[in-house]
Amino acid sequence: MTVSDDRNTLIRGARVLGAEAQDVLIEGGTIAAVGPGLSAPDAVVVEADGQILLPGLVDLHTHLREPGREDSETVLTGTRAAAAGGFTAVHAMANTFPVADTAGVVEQVWRLGRESGYCDVQPVGAVTVGLEGRKLAELGAMHDSAAGVRIFSDDGKCVDDAVIMRRALEYVKAFDGVIAQHAQEPRLTEGAQMNEGVVSAELGLGGWPAVAEESVIARDVLLAAHVGSRVHICHVSTAGSVEIVRWAKSKGWNVTAEVTPHHLLLTDELVRSYDPVYKVNPPLRTEADVTALREGLADGTIDCVATDHAPHPHEDKDCEWGAAAMGMVGLETALSVVQHTMVETGLLDWAQVADRMSFRPAAIGRLGHQGRPVSTGEPANLTLVDPAYRGVVNPVGFASRSRNTPYEGRELPGRVTHTFLRGRATVVDGKLA
Amino acid sequence: MKRHLISAADLTRDDAVLILDTAEEMARVADRPIKKLPTLRGRTVVNLFFEDSTRTRISFEAAAKRLSADVINFSAKGSSVSKGESLKDTALTLEAMGADAVVIRHHDSGAPHRLATSGWIGGSVVNAGDGTHEHPTQALLDAFTMRRHLAGAPDGGPTRHGEPGDSSGRDLAGRRITVVGDILHSRVARSNVHLLTTLGAEVTLVAPPTLVPVGAGNWPCEISYDLDAVLPKSDAVMMLRVQRERMNAAFFPTEREYARRYGLDADRMARMPGHAIVMHPGPMNRGMEITAEVADSERCTAVEQVANGVSIRMAVLYLLLGGNEPAVGAPIARTEESK
Amino acid sequence: MDSISSPHAAPARSVLEGPDIARVLTRIAHEIVERAKGADDVVLLGIPTRGVFLARRLAAKLDAITGRSTQVGSLDITMYRDDLRLRPARTLGRTEIPADGVDGRLVVLVDDVLFSGRTIRAALDALGDIGRPRAVQLAVLVDRGHRELPIRADYVGKNLPTSLRETVRVQLDEEDGRDSVLLGVRETPAPGE
Repeated sequence: MTVSDDRNTLIRGARVLGAEAQDVLIEGGTIAAVGPGLSAPDAVVVEADGQILLPGLVDLHTHLREPGREDSETVLTGTRAAAAGGFTAVHAMANTFPVADTAGVVEQVWRLGRESGYCDVQPVGAVTVGLEGRKLAELGAMHDSAAGVRIFSDDGKCVDDAVIMRRALEYVKAFDGVIAQHAQEPRLTEGAQMNEGVVSAELGLGGWPAVAEESVIARDVLLAAHVGSRVHICHVSTAGSVEIVRWAKSKGWNVTAEVTPHHLLLTDELVRSYDPVYKVNPPLRTEADVTALREGLADGTIDCVATDHAPHPHEDKDCEWGAAAMGMVGLETALSVVQHTMVETGLLDWAQVADRMSFRPAAIGRLGHQGRPVSTGEPANLTLVDPAYRGVVNPVGFASRSRNTPYEGRELPGRVTHTFLRGRATVVDGKLA
Repeated sequence: MKRHLISAADLTRDDAVLILDTAEEMARVADRPIKKLPTLRGRTVVNLFFEDSTRTRISFEAAAKRLSADVINFSAKGSSVSKGESLKDTALTLEAMGADAVVIRHHDSGAPHRLATSGWIGGSVVNAGDGTHEHPTQALLDAFTMRRHLAGAPDGGPTRHGEPGDSSGRDLAGRRITVVGDILHSRVARSNVHLLTTLGAEVTLVAPPTLVPVGAGNWPCEISYDLDAVLPKSDAVMMLRVQRERMNAAFFPTEREYARRYGLDADRMARMPGHAIVMHPGPMNRGMEITAEVADSERCTAVEQVANGVSIRMAVLYLLLGGNEPAVGAPIARTEESK
Repeated sequence: MDSISSPHAAPARSVLEGPDIARVLTRIAHEIVERAKGADDVVLLGIPTRGVFLARRLAAKLDAITGRSTQVGSLDITMYRDDLRLRPARTLGRTEIPADGVDGRLVVLVDDVLFSGRTIRAALDALGDIGRPRAVQLAVLVDRGHRELPIRADYVGKNLPTSLRETVRVQLDEEDGRDSVLLGVRETPAPGE
C-alpha cells in the first residue's frame, strides 16, 4: 500500500496520549520502542511535533451499508472514511440487505473488510431474524464463523419483546457475547419525528419522548442483572438514560453504554430549520441532555463514543423532513467533535479520549489486538492527531460515499494526520494512503 | 424581507393588521357586480395539494381568480406525486412552468418551509396547512372574523346583534379567545396561538390533557382542562374538529364522554358573554364537538369564516405578488406617484 | 414620477393657501351645478387619499348650493395601476360607493393633482367594474401638465405649469393639519423616474 509496508516508521516528538513528547518506533506490525531520542536510520520519519498519539480508534457502531445499499456506502468507502477519521477498527451494523443474521452474511462483510485494508471490520450480528424481533437469529453460528461475532444488535430497531431480549441476553453468555440494544419503545414512538418537547410542540412534528428510550434501558439493565448477562446500550441520548445507566453501574451490574458525537454537540433547536440533515435516530435532544451526556462520558458512566455513522444518498435528505431518512455520517468528524465538546471544555484529557474511543470500545467488543496501550510490543494501531488545527467541515472532501453531515460549514478543531493499521500507514499527512 | 407566508409566527402586529385591513378592502369586491380585479393579471398561482382539502383549495382558487391570476391546480392524487415523485422534482416542474406563487398543502409538517428555503423554486410559498404544524391563512381569517365582531363597533368594542362591523386598523388587544379541542394535532390552533397573541389577544386552550402537546407549556397562552370554567370569560370560543381517527387511539374514552366534557351545546353557549361568538374552522362534527343547535345559531360564524377566507387569501396573494416585492414584512410604499 | 416632496427637495414655495383652496372649490362646485344642470344625479368619488377629502368638501359646497344631500364616496385605484410591478405592493385605500350606486348617474372623479393621467386611467377602469355611469367627469385641485395619456380635467382649481424637476405637494387639513399647495424643486431624481 505504501512505502511503509516495507520500511519501519519513526514517529518523532509525539505526545503519547497527550503526555510529554516521545519517539515511537514501528517495526513490522508492532511498536518496537517508545522513548526519547530514538533513532532508526532506515525508517520513514514522521515529525509529530505538538501532535497527540492515540491508540487507533475503535468504533462500536458503524453502518457500512454493504451488502444492499452500496449507493450510500460500501465496506471499502466506509473503511476509508474510518481510517481518515483515525479509526483502526469498526463494528459493522447488521441492518444491511440482506440482514446480517446468518454466518454467511457476517463472513461476507468480514472478508470485504479484510480486503479493504483500511481498518479492521468486525461484523455485528442481528439478534433476531430479519431484525423482526420475533425469532432469535443463529447467534452461535455467527460467533463460530470466521467473523467471530461477539456483539449482536437489531440496531435501527429495538428488541422490544421482553422475553426475546431476556433469551438473547442469556444465550450469548455461552460465548461471552453482548447484546447491544437500540432502546426505543415502538408504541411510544409511532410517527415520531423528533425529540418530544418544546420544539416539537411548536413545529408540529411527531414527538419522540425521552421515556421511550429510558423505559427500555431500565427494563434491560434489570433483565441483564436478573440473568447475569452483560448488556450494551447503543447511542444513549437523554439525561434520564444516563441516570439509569449510572444507577445500574452503581449496583455492579454488567452494563456498558455509548454516546454518539452528535448527541454531545447538537440539540433539537436545529430542527427548526426543518433540514433533514438533522433527522437522526435517536433524535437530537435538548441542551440539558447534551450536558448530562458530556458529564456521563466524563465520569465514565458512558463507556465510549460510538459514531452511529449512517450514510444516506443525497436524495434521501434533499426532501421534506417527513420523507427523509434518519442518520448522519460521523466517522470523519468524530474525533474533532470529541475534542471540541470534551477536551476543549476540560471534561476529558487525551488519555481519557484514548480510553473512551479505543480502550473501552475494544474491550466491550473483545477485540484482542485493538485498543491496546501505546507501548513496546503492542500492535502498531495508532492515530496521530494535530489538535491545533482548525478547519471548516466540507463534506466534498469526505472519503465516505455519503455527505449527510450535520457539521457542514461548521468550524471544528483537530485533524487526523496519520493512521497506522498494524504498522502500515492508512493515512499520511491527512490524506488516505 | 419575507417572500413567503409559512408561519403565523413570522408576522409582526403591523404585518397582521395590514393583511386584515387589506382583506377588508378585498371583502368589498365581493359586493360588487364584477367580483374581479385586474391586479395579478399575468401572474401564475399554483395550488399544490398533497392532501385532500377541497375547501381550502377552492378558497385559494377563488382568491387568485378574483385577482385575475392564472391558477393551476396540482393535486397529489392521480399525479406523479403518488407515483413516488419527490417534492423537489414537483417543485422544479412548477418552477419551470413559471409559478409566481405556490400555495402548498402537505401532510408533512415543515414541507412548505423546506420548499421555501431549499432553493428549489424562486416564487413565493404560501402555507395552506402543513401536517400538524401551521395553517396561517386559517388563523388570519379567524382573526379577521373576530376583529369584525369583537372590535367592529364605532368605539372599537364588540358589535351588537351579531353583525360584523368595520374594524380597520384595529387589533385584538385584550380580547379573550378560547380554542377548544384537539390541540395536539391542530395546525389551526398553533397558527392561532401565534397570530392572536401577536394581535394582543389572550388565548386559552382547552382540551383533555391527552390532546395537549408536551411542550405546550411554553406557548404564550393559558391551558385549561375545564371548559365550563373558561366559557364565561371568553369573547370568542373556537371549536376544533375532532378527527375520527383519534377516537380509537385512546386520546379519550368515548365520543359521548368527549362531547359531554368538551363539546359546546346550548347550555354551555348560554354561559358565554352576550357578545361572544362561536367559531369553527369546519368541517364540523355535529353532535361531537358542537351541537347542531349551536352550529346553526346566529352566534356561530362558521359560514362567515368561509367567506372571509377568500378575502384573507386575496389579501395575502396581493401583498405577496402585487408589487415587485412583497409588502408583508417589508416597508410599504405610501408615496402617491403618477398622478 | 413622485409628486410629493422628497427629503432632498429644495424649500417649497406655496402657490395656494387655505382661503384660495376654499375659493376654487366653491367655484368648481358652481361649475358642476351649472354643467350638470342642477347636479341632482351627481356622485362625487374621491381618489384616496386627498381626493376623498376634496370630494367631501365639494359635496358640502354642492349641498349648500342645491339644498340637497350630494352623494359622495371614494374610489381606490391601487389594484388597477399599470405600474404595480415597479414598487413593493401598496397599501390599499378605501373604496366606498354610495348605496344607490353609480349606474346611470353623473360621476365626478375628484383628485388633488392631475399629472401623467395614469391615475385617472386606472380610476376609469375601476369605475367600469363597479357600474355604468351616465357620464364621467374629472375635477382636480391642481393640473400640473405633463400628460402621458389622452385625459383632461373638466374642472380645474388651478393650472400650474411645472417642469419635471419640480414637485407639487398638496396639503389638506384632514390629513396634514393645514391647507396649501407647495411647489418645490427636486434635487435628485426620485427612484423610478
